[in-house]
Amino acid sequence: MAQIDLVNLSKVYPGDVRAVDDLTLTIPDGEFFALLGPSGCGKTTLLRTIAGLEEATSGSVRIGDRDVTRLPPGKRELAMVFQDYALFPHMTVVDNISYPLKIKGLAKEDRLDRAVKAGDELSLDGLMERRPSELSGGQQQRVALARAIATHPQVFLFDEPLSNLDARLRLEARTFLKRLQRDLGVTTVFVTHDQAEALAMADRMAVMQSGRIRQVGTAREVFQHPVNTFVANFIGSTPMNLLDASVRGDALDVAGQRVDLPEDVRRHVTDGQEVVVGVRPEYLTVSSSAVDGGLQGVVAIVENLGTAALVTLEADDLSVAVTVPDGEEPPIGADAWVTPVPGRVLIYRREDGELVDAPVAAAVG
Amino acid sequence: MSPREMVGRIGFYTLVALATAFFALPMLWLVSTPFDAQPGLALAIPDPTLGNFSELLDNRYALGSLLNSILLAVGTALLVVAFAATAAYSLSRVRIPGRDVLLYLLLLLSSIVTGTAAMVPIFLLMFELGLIDSRVGVVLVLSGGLLPAAIFILKDFMDSVPKSYEESARVFGASSFQILKDVVVPVIRPGLSTISVWTIVNVWGNFLVPFILLRDADKQPAAVLMRTFYTEGGSPNLELISTFSLLFSVPVIVMYLFVNRKYGFRFYGGIKS
Amino acid sequence: MAQTTSPATEATAPGEGVGADGIDGPDGTGKGGRTPSDSASGGETDVVGLGKWRASAFVAPALILVSIFLVFPALWTIYIGITNYRLTGIAARAPEFVGFDNYVRAVGDADFLNSLYLTLIFVLFSAVIGQNVLGFGLAWRLQNVQGWVRGLVQSLVLLAWILPSSIVAFLWIALLDRDSGTLNALLGTPGLAWLIEYPMVSIIVFNIWRGTAFSMLLYSAALASVPPSQLETATLVGASRWQTLRDIVFPHVRGHVLTNTLLISLWTFNDFTPFLITAGGPNDRTEILPVYIYNTAISGGQMGYGAAVSLIMLLINLIIALFYIRLLRERK
Repeated sequence: MAQIDLVNLSKVYPGDVRAVDDLTLTIPDGEFFALLGPSGCGKTTLLRTIAGLEEATSGSVRIGDRDVTRLPPGKRELAMVFQDYALFPHMTVVDNISYPLKIKGLAKEDRLDRAVKAGDELSLDGLMERRPSELSGGQQQRVALARAIATHPQVFLFDEPLSNLDARLRLEARTFLKRLQRDLGVTTVFVTHDQAEALAMADRMAVMQSGRIRQVGTAREVFQHPVNTFVANFIGSTPMNLLDASVRGDALDVAGQRVDLPEDVRRHVTDGQEVVVGVRPEYLTVSSSAVDGGLQGVVAIVENLGTAALVTLEADDLSVAVTVPDGEEPPIGADAWVTPVPGRVLIYRREDGELVDAPVAAAVG
Repeated sequence: MSPREMVGRIGFYTLVALATAFFALPMLWLVSTPFDAQPGLALAIPDPTLGNFSELLDNRYALGSLLNSILLAVGTALLVVAFAATAAYSLSRVRIPGRDVLLYLLLLLSSIVTGTAAMVPIFLLMFELGLIDSRVGVVLVLSGGLLPAAIFILKDFMDSVPKSYEESARVFGASSFQILKDVVVPVIRPGLSTISVWTIVNVWGNFLVPFILLRDADKQPAAVLMRTFYTEGGSPNLELISTFSLLFSVPVIVMYLFVNRKYGFRFYGGIKS
Repeated sequence: MAQTTSPATEATAPGEGVGADGIDGPDGTGKGGRTPSDSASGGETDVVGLGKWRASAFVAPALILVSIFLVFPALWTIYIGITNYRLTGIAARAPEFVGFDNYVRAVGDADFLNSLYLTLIFVLFSAVIGQNVLGFGLAWRLQNVQGWVRGLVQSLVLLAWILPSSIVAFLWIALLDRDSGTLNALLGTPGLAWLIEYPMVSIIVFNIWRGTAFSMLLYSAALASVPPSQLETATLVGASRWQTLRDIVFPHVRGHVLTNTLLISLWTFNDFTPFLITAGGPNDRTEILPVYIYNTAISGGQMGYGAAVSLIMLLINLIIALFYIRLLRERK
């Protein structure tokens, strides 16, 4: 079991493509950690650099108390589960699981012992003599996991572990993976582009963009308190409302309407400042009668989400989305007023997209 | 069924029948004549006998030439598979300087330098090297000619094999040699057997190269030797030609059936070039 | 990147996997099944750790063989073509430079010009028209037919293609025989010597029979790639079979027609099999270029002149091949 330390890590491809850009991050022992970001943000490269499949251009990777930056992957004592599982098609399940142990020089009986044990843990008994092509997607994933577990690594690396499963299986696998990681207590890093997956599974996550980390935190932190508009936009299954506004004294001007400016941020803004107001649809309430300091709009669309509905209001040329409980949807075309749940309004600077209480820094492209 | 459809149906089956007849007609001789006690050039219901096959033993060179065909085919296949596999793997996985130019040139060369267009320099080269009448010489020439296309097919195949297999083995700590032996070779085995079959079929049927390079009837493969199966009177020895042709074509047909069953023929459309 | 002369991949794998150029490879695209292209990282990583030197050593044996037995002969042709190299006699021991004499001779040689003309006719009628049309026709008519009819026709067509040329040549000699050939018996034309009366027609029909398989395979694959939804749309709006072919199918296979035509032309142009049936005769009436080269150089011993003609042939091949490769690149 080990902690992972990444210090000033960079991976630069020819043509000055900075896939990982001067990145520093510590993942404590036993943590289930997600690298989250859109396509091309460098998360997979980062994972592969930790694995040793990509060589770091500069900076260092430490696992436990060892600097592994220049070690080949096989000497880093980690196990990786690939997106496509990389099960060897010409080997049976039991051979697949015991192959790494063979490489490590274990005697034949020990290999078989450990392979069978790992197989049992993942309920693969009965499938051990099959070929990967004879298994379902979920079974293949469990074989890949068993193969990783059997090596008793210090660190697990998962590359998009759920992306090859169909939607229903994916939900089951989430729970399963989380329980497995908790039981084993092995430090685990996984890559995903699906924010819901990261929120559901990870103890903590890093949200990445262009080779840099835009926010590190627990699911609650990144969901409730995204520190910039990029993270605000990326996290959440219904996108956060990000409304252009300007400060007018101790209130906000949104779409020509006067809206309350939360007291806790007043000291961080100046009169006339251009800002972006961020509120999640879940943190807005809608009312069919006028509310002082609320934003007035016309109900344009109602989308049913099952237990709730997503109501889109139009105010001037802005759209505001609000979730309302099932059965409380206002009629389309009606006037409505929205007000935020206290303490849930985030104000970002227009110029760099950071929270107004954050120190000023250069925006990341 | 409307009359219009009826006409269409009849037209379709007439067409199919005509095409079938066109393609089958010349080949019927090959299946009937070897078993005919009075073999002739014309198609005939055979007067059944297996006696014609004794001609194969009577001709001093017949069976030997089939052995020569096997030697040439297997020798070339071994050389082509081994060299093409190593080359294709490297070209697929390692960025060797000048790789793209090399691939382009190989592609170009393999299409333009055919046995026919290059028979003069090839004949002279082998003449100067003292490799006329050498089966090894024929194997070398055929390998040189087939390698570019073989490298291409295998590189395509290799490119389609996910790198995660090798990466996964590498994360477990497998050495270069272990990865090649335990993972790469088994995974690309279908590609290797395709290339083997493709090479064997090509060499088996090749006439021109052994025709110009081998003079000694003891060394000639079946494709070349067949031209000598005439009686002293100058007419074709039909007992020998028919039985020999049948025997000579069996391996190709077996391989076709094998490939067709195992992979479906469509993918291996290029089995002969 | 991944191209090939091999019909194998050409026939079936148009537009091979588009490798992820982005840094993160499969991110965001990996929702479906296995991603076959690669697991990550633009460009290739030397996963096994061969290193450039060992990798080069892996390529070397193949390259050496190809260089000696393919590249060198091609280049050497240029040299031999400007000498009076002969197999026997004085010129065999010390070939002399003759400059462009061989080329001048070729251009004025009625035999050569005749051979060039015959080759053109042979390629045009047997490949460009014959194999192309019959191959497409078979692929088109058989595409919705299942079961034994399709299997039978395809197997026969393929068999004609894969049998050794020495055998098929003799089968055709038997079929076309003047006195007891099956064709005369069927047509009721006893005593008609096809190979003497109509030698070019004979080898043209023979080559159509021999080579249609490739076109049929390629067009079958091409037709299978026409989206069914488009065909169904055509049916819904009431298009006739001919209109469907013209407006929906043909635009999809146009590229394949060109590819196919170039490839089969190249192969037919280089085909030596007619030699096995007519040996160029009677009276050089089927002496296509490959046979002409064999007769003058290998048989006749005029290596210098033969090489000059070979170089002309190589150049024609080069032109066709360049077209073909350009076509492949454009389609990427």
